[in-house]
Amino acid sequence: MIYRETGQYKTSYESDQQLFPILQDKAFILIVLAFVFGAVPFLASEYLFRAILIPFLILALAAIGLNILVGFCGQVSLGTGGFMAVGAYAAYNLAIRLPDLNLLVVFLLAGAAATVVGVLFGLPSLRIKGFYLAVATLAAQFFLDWAFARIGWFTNYAPSGSVTAPAIRIFGYTFASPVEKYLLVLAIVCIFALVARNLTRGAIGRSWMAMRDMDVAAEVIGIRPLYAKVTAFAVSSFFVGLAGALWAFVYLGAWEPLAFDVNRSFQLLFMVIIGGLGSILGSFLGAAFIVILPLMLNQMPGWLGMELSTALISHIEVMVFGTLIIFFLIVEPHGLARLWAIGKEKLRLWPFPH
Amino acid sequence: MNIFQKRWMTWVLFGLLAVGAFAPLFSADTRLPQWLEVVLGGLMSGVLYSLVALGLVLIFKASGVFNFAQGAMVLFAALSLVRLMEKMPFAVALAVTVLIMIAVAWLIERLVLRPLVNQEGIVLFMATLGIAYFLDGLGQTIWGSDIYTLDVGMPKEPKILLESVFEGGILVGMEDVIAALISATLVAVLALFFQKTGTGRALRAVADDHQAAQSIGIPLNRIWVIVWTVSGLVALVAGIIWGSKLGVQFSLQLVALKALPVVILGGFTSIPGAIIGGLIIGLGEKISEVYLGPMLGGGIENWFAYVLALVFLLFRPEGLFGERHIDRV
Amino acid sequence: MTGKGRQFGEVILKVENISLAFGGVKALTDISFDVREHEIRAIIGPNGAGKSSMLNVINGVYHPQHGRVTYRGETRHAMEPHHAAAMGIARTFQSLALFKGMSVLDNLLAGRNLMIRSNIFLQALRVGPALREEVHHRKRVEEIIDFLEIQHVRKTPVGRLPYGLQKRVDLGRALAAEPKVLLLDEPMAGMNVEEKQDMCRFILDVNDEFGTTIVLIEHDMGVVMDLSDRVAVLDYGKLIGDGTPDEVRSNQAVIDAYLGVKH
Repeated sequence: MIYRETGQYKTSYESDQQLFPILQDKAFILIVLAFVFGAVPFLASEYLFRAILIPFLILALAAIGLNILVGFCGQVSLGTGGFMAVGAYAAYNLAIRLPDLNLLVVFLLAGAAATVVGVLFGLPSLRIKGFYLAVATLAAQFFLDWAFARIGWFTNYAPSGSVTAPAIRIFGYTFASPVEKYLLVLAIVCIFALVARNLTRGAIGRSWMAMRDMDVAAEVIGIRPLYAKVTAFAVSSFFVGLAGALWAFVYLGAWEPLAFDVNRSFQLLFMVIIGGLGSILGSFLGAAFIVILPLMLNQMPGWLGMELSTALISHIEVMVFGTLIIFFLIVEPHGLARLWAIGKEKLRLWPFPH
Repeated sequence: MNIFQKRWMTWVLFGLLAVGAFAPLFSADTRLPQWLEVVLGGLMSGVLYSLVALGLVLIFKASGVFNFAQGAMVLFAALSLVRLMEKMPFAVALAVTVLIMIAVAWLIERLVLRPLVNQEGIVLFMATLGIAYFLDGLGQTIWGSDIYTLDVGMPKEPKILLESVFEGGILVGMEDVIAALISATLVAVLALFFQKTGTGRALRAVADDHQAAQSIGIPLNRIWVIVWTVSGLVALVAGIIWGSKLGVQFSLQLVALKALPVVILGGFTSIPGAIIGGLIIGLGEKISEVYLGPMLGGGIENWFAYVLALVFLLFRPEGLFGERHIDRV
Repeated sequence: MTGKGRQFGEVILKVENISLAFGGVKALTDISFDVREHEIRAIIGPNGAGKSSMLNVINGVYHPQHGRVTYRGETRHAMEPHHAAAMGIARTFQSLALFKGMSVLDNLLAGRNLMIRSNIFLQALRVGPALREEVHHRKRVEEIIDFLEIQHVRKTPVGRLPYGLQKRVDLGRALAAEPKVLLLDEPMAGMNVEEKQDMCRFILDVNDEFGTTIVLIEHDMGVVMDLSDRVAVLDYGKLIGDGTPDEVRSNQAVIDAYLGVKH
């Protein structure tokens, strides 16, 4: 089937406003879903689940959250790691203090806890913007780092500061193997990706983007800056907090505050920039890119017959990230998602380019 | 000076800070000489923050870039110097490092700023994040990532002052005194350079309006290379001072990054703001660490500067001495 | 062609003794005038006369130091932008202030955001009332898109459109809010003759068909004199003339301001 919208006439605005108005897109996404839910669990190795797929999915969820704030609402945050930590420690405390609570509820409440903290630190955004806000969120990051390391209550007075998540039991079923964990995370991420898509293409999403593109004009057409910015912080922090809880419980299992330090914040910001600001798809692409790139870099010297130390490779990795950020900001500010869109445009015309 | 006439809120904030600084004296446990030691130590480390912050203000005024890479530049400069010193005499190593920092400034202008000209501030800010990562990676790839001892002959032994006034006197590190004096001199030189020289005036014109400055014949690109070089050299000085005190290591850049809250506090566009902001942060950090730290479990230094800046932002979004911005439509 | 035999309603908007200064610079000094329902009211004056500032006072972007704004019977010292929007004042901008990253459709839909009733959770799930609302507003926005003849670019990001079309989208976004009063800040600046004619037609149609009151800033004297029912003239932040186009044309102070006067 050639990729075309010819002949697909839309007779109502409902059908034009569907998630995937072009039939081929709809088919494509269904195939992808069938593949990731139906085929991948049988095909992938344990290593693939543990080292790539699970971290990719969880970081993609966090990147969607950050993208809502940065890409859609135009408010830069360098505190994402801290807000993930809020989700992680909220989930931990809920799970050990209220062992009977359903773990799904725990995860949602962890997101809610991050929402509260996120809104609190987002309030300055009403008076400041741009890099002022970036530094304000950096304050959140360093303060939260400190709080989880030094305030014993959060870690249940664990002497080393390192905590271990309880087993993942939901409705009496234990998610123990990598495949089971993968499916759990995949389901959650799919649901919330849809939620994010709905929000960003709805009225609230328009008010976020309006604040981003031209805040004075947005106010003049009746969008209240307070409501737009606070909701962006709230929704974003919820996603990030939920991702934090999943990261801690599903991916790490046991962790210390360092797992959510400022480098995590930068990593997520890089995913959003490289993947594409203001794109849900871009969040996935960016997360995939940044999860896979280090693995590739680790393999590369071997393929080329070079021997490099791990430390050296990690330094080169940092350098490559820095270069890529600058490259994307200059060459393609809309990131990989834009390249994808261009590819699709080309495909629509193919094989008749004129 | 009209910067001090602005608004009562500034005075309230200053007042609260003063209360915070003097509060320890009202506790029975505090000894006056010890408090003086803390205050002096805080102010002296504050001068260094002021210096790095000045580099930031300079870049911001001239190119509208909020330079997140300042910390990475400090680390990169210090690393270059300390590793070069293993192979050559100090003076040569210093000269080579200066050349390296000029090259870095030139490359940044060429490869990052020029392609991104007229972009929004936030895009430029994210680009400097990229620069920071690149410099970190590059520095450690070339120079290694251990902790290196930097010895430029700073006196290490402390000196006892005012022995006749207090029993035991107050203890002051000579290293800190010299560092503070060097920084203070540089701060003064930079401030004068900006206010009084022709280049400084050109810089200010560029800060107000890139295109207008360009149209009256100010060479924008050269100006940018100059400010980035200047702030690269500022980073080198800061790197030498901190490096010889703490050893040249990765955490240097976290120390240097505290210049960010300093400029937020003082206001991006204000040179007096950077100077006073640096002193406030240096002082506040030391006092809170010594007198509040034990109560809160220590490690306050990591966030105090940022949270203080955040509080200031809530009440005076443009910083202590920054300019209020009017949106035009 | 207009102005003769047209019926106007009550005074809908009145500004009294407005004075506005930035720091020490006086932008507006003691300005008073009114706008009647359904009329096309022009504000003219040389560059820097304070015309845009006047519009910004009316819809609350600037808060004047002195004076009152009375709108639909409510008098207040200053408006708030979103309050003005909620009460039916919309505007376009001199230097385009569109949401560049959003499509034409989204720009126009954003103009109707005030009317959205469903909460964030319904929007997240896009079910029931939230979906119905989206479809309903889409219909109304499509009517405006048809009216402005911009169907072919409805899904294009606004930043990629040529200038003339962007000006239309700006008007469309304001119209989407179904305003009572429409403030137009130089809607024809930088346009060629043909584009100007189109824009004039749109403005007249809006005024005619929807009965929208229009306050307009424009430099092109021919356009102003043709379109407007009454003209207020500003110079250096002061009101130097107010009346029908004919009255203003023969006003000595206005002639001096435009042609210069021998001292």
